[in-house]
Amino acid sequence: MSLTTFLQQCLTGISLGGAYALIAIGYTMVYGILRLINFAHGDIFMMAGYFMIFAMASLPWFIALPVVLIVTTALGVGIERVAYKPLRSAPRMSVMISAIGVSYLLQNLATYLFTALPMGYPEVPGLKKVYQLGGLSASFVTFLTPVLTLILVYLLITLIQHTKMGMAMRAVSKDYETASLMGIDINRTISITFAIGSILAAVGSILYFTDRMTVFPFSGSLPGMKCFVAAVFGGIGSIPGAVVGGFLIGMGETALVAAGYSTFSDAFTFVILIVILLVRPTGLFGEKTTNKV
Amino acid sequence: MSANKLVNKEKRRNIILSLLLIALVLGICGYLEANKYTYSYMISIIERSMVYAVVAVSMNLVNGFTGLFSLGQAGFMALGAYVTAIFTIPVSQRPSVYYISGINPVIANIELPVIVAMILGGLVAAGVAALIGFPVLRLKSDYLAIATLGFAEIIRACIAAPQFDTITNGSYGLKSIPGFTSIFQPLILSAICIGFMVLLINSSYGRMFKAVREDEIAAEAMGINLFKTKELSFVISSFFAGVSGGMLAMFMRSIDSKTFQVALTYDILLIVVIGGIGSVTGSVLGAFIVTAGREILRFFDEPLYIGSINVPLFRPGFRMVIFSILLMIVVLFYSKGLMGTNEFSWNGIIGFFKNFGKKKAKKVEGAAR
Repeated sequence: MSLTTFLQQCLTGISLGGAYALIAIGYTMVYGILRLINFAHGDIFMMAGYFMIFAMASLPWFIALPVVLIVTTALGVGIERVAYKPLRSAPRMSVMISAIGVSYLLQNLATYLFTALPMGYPEVPGLKKVYQLGGLSASFVTFLTPVLTLILVYLLITLIQHTKMGMAMRAVSKDYETASLMGIDINRTISITFAIGSILAAVGSILYFTDRMTVFPFSGSLPGMKCFVAAVFGGIGSIPGAVVGGFLIGMGETALVAAGYSTFSDAFTFVILIVILLVRPTGLFGEKTTNKV
Repeated sequence: MSANKLVNKEKRRNIILSLLLIALVLGICGYLEANKYTYSYMISIIERSMVYAVVAVSMNLVNGFTGLFSLGQAGFMALGAYVTAIFTIPVSQRPSVYYISGINPVIANIELPVIVAMILGGLVAAGVAALIGFPVLRLKSDYLAIATLGFAEIIRACIAAPQFDTITNGSYGLKSIPGFTSIFQPLILSAICIGFMVLLINSSYGRMFKAVREDEIAAEAMGINLFKTKELSFVISSFFAGVSGGMLAMFMRSIDSKTFQVALTYDILLIVVIGGIGSVTGSVLGAFIVTAGREILRFFDEPLYIGSINVPLFRPGFRMVIFSILLMIVVLFYSKGLMGTNEFSWNGIIGFFKNFGKKKAKKVEGAAR
């Protein structure tokens, strides 16, 4: 493999990883606060893809983009209100089953509304333009993804560290009940968490699908699971961790595909998950927790 | 003395009722079997329900009775199904099944009786589960769910991998698997499997499982070896998932790796949830209701005309939307499912009707006043 091919693959991997990182943040934030694997998150990502298709069909791109972000956010917050909020005090297994149910519902709904056939993803002008950089050639979106990811993560971390809302989120994720005793509006905090996660998923979906060209009802489930693994890898609840995990999974997967083991590229993610859970169950940047009776 | 007699009388009544129920089931099956060409659709629904009942009970054993949230069922079913299929496809048919890349000479000429192949499939699934269990069962709830889900996906990826083409026929799948000879074959098989699991749940092992479910730390303090108990439950559940996978292969007669996607695990989970987590009879009931419900709701997929107006909602896929909404309603408002953690019993049924009658009588009385 020549150096150019190697660099080319690296670029693809980083770009894929950037999209994964954005989705992984949604998982890690929700898990940090609700202790829930939001199985529906991957499907929200898929729905964002469909929203984009329909928004672009009738609107110019600079209006379509914010519309997609808003609709996706509404979907994410709506799901939380309808499917997770009534189960706040239920056992964890019920909430998880509810999450699986929502994911199932979204997939079936997408199949019903948009048929199971893959639909072509529209092109935002400029994103697909191919640039040459030395021997490398890649579309603009490939360069944009990692940069945009890092900017968004920086903004998010600033939000969490330096605003009152961010402080509330940190408090709720540390201790749910005490936080509510301190006068924090739990439901509002959780809604905002879901909103942020959904916005990032929508951005991730635009970047991811622009490269993939098609959307179908199940195109969210596998990336969703991979991003959850990325979140676990980085340490669940930690945003920098999710980003690092996303990039690593994206690059590892690209490397396997490049080496000719594409059938195992999905399995690879889960091998990583199991190894990390055995060696370092709290992930790279996770906090240690102790078992209490 | 009279109380004792009453209990004996109740027991006798229950035995008679149970025998009647078994006779009724056998009678219905016999009738369907005798007219199997007219009722082939119904027979296929019942057979599928039986297969799902076995795997639902096996999932309930781990999720409901041992409290381990495992989502690996589809993977173990895949193992069982492939082992059963590989060893039961008639040798003469094999060249036409493996027409792309040929068959591995080691397995080319081994043909086993169905039951043996199925048990072998179960054992392979159980063996893999035992290996997986060592690392995975140390994890807690959500991590366990994701890890088992991941393993199921790895198993599927391995089956579809071109490297194993000569064994699993890769992405082309296997066909010409011998089907069930009659409806009694799946009936007896599933009855034996479920019966075994019921015995296990009611034994001291079953009580150990439940103790672990209720409180791991307390169970450990009572001298229960946590890891061994979890491993036992996981392995036995996987064995039966493997057997039911074999049954599914026989039912469908052709399988490929896409049959065993995560969606299959979700389907089974829905059956368990609708039936009630921690109730064997609930799972069996759930399997029949969900499978039959899917078929009955099929009219939602057909275009509907009232007069000459086409009702716009009715088109392919609507059935599954209705189905998932129903499921969400069950999850959100009837989180216990049909049976909760209760089991079916004649006393329960008769008590229910007596209470119902009393309530009605009271209501009537109240209204009269």
